[in-house]
Amino acid sequence: MPAVTLTLIFTAWYLPRTVTDKTTDRLALARNSLSLGRKPTVEATQNDINGQTDTVIELTIASHYRFVEMVGSVADQLTQLAGFEAENIDWVGLAVRESVVNAIKHGNQLDVSKPVEVRFHLTDEKLLIVVRDRGNGFDASQVADPRAPENLLNPNGRGIFYMRTFMDDVEFLSHRQGGLEVRMTKRCPRRNGGC
Amino acid sequence: MSLTISHRTVGDVTVLDLSGKITIGEGSVQLRESVKSLLENGTKNILLNLGDVSYVDSSGIGELVHSYTTVKNQQGQLKLLNLTKKIQDLLMITKLLTVFDTFDNESDAVASFT
Repeated sequence: MPAVTLTLIFTAWYLPRTVTDKTTDRLALARNSLSLGRKPTVEATQNDINGQTDTVIELTIASHYRFVEMVGSVADQLTQLAGFEAENIDWVGLAVRESVVNAIKHGNQLDVSKPVEVRFHLTDEKLLIVVRDRGNGFDASQVADPRAPENLLNPNGRGIFYMRTFMDDVEFLSHRQGGLEVRMTKRCPRRNGGC
Repeated sequence: MSLTISHRTVGDVTVLDLSGKITIGEGSVQLRESVKSLLENGTKNILLNLGDVSYVDSSGIGELVHSYTTVKNQQGQLKLLNLTKKIQDLLMITKLLTVFDTFDNESDAVASFT
């Protein structure tokens, strides 16, 4: 069976709040994009080879919270496409949003010039989500258990716990070109032969 | 949709009706400011009605914890009303249901304040 590839490319920019005129906005936006040497992008591909369908969606966003929901929405759509149960659609979406927030806040330290790259790879067996920042990384084995009595009233420190709870597998790896890479896997539901 | 918060008073209790999201980018700051403002005005008994909260992330859960400890440190009480299933699950798996007093009925919740 011939391979069928569908590619969609969108672009999104960081909109500076201080500029009010729409025309000026676009110019400022373009300058901002150019000065950063890149612009946030979304790329989606679907390969149907020998009856096996792989869907890959890659996004690059600036380190700003306003883009978290964009990434989360892709997770929601993909898990729906894969036939996940409603509860797991919510929990995978939460894990993805938590990971992107961590990349923006802790990894890239809210520096909008630093990108967060997100890659969704949906196969018949599983959904793999890779989130990469440009930070210095951390030792995931040292993350405190938020359920410990001494941590219960700490307002921080639950994001990674939720990620580990709601995904089947979560790894924190140093990327060879710098930054931290979080790899999260959720197995597809078995009904109808998987995803 | 970001978070909207409306206030009403039932007896000695101030009820905050929350609607929308409590997340790092949207509702957490509004919630913190609302609770802070109530405490500055001498309010000690606060009931957060979460029935119309559509989404909470770990920062939102953290903000609930922060609000709880802030009110408690000023000799007040903060309790939760109408938890959605998702919020209840998020609180349960982090053992926070052992921290918060939670209610499904407003009258029962109001009556519980001492």
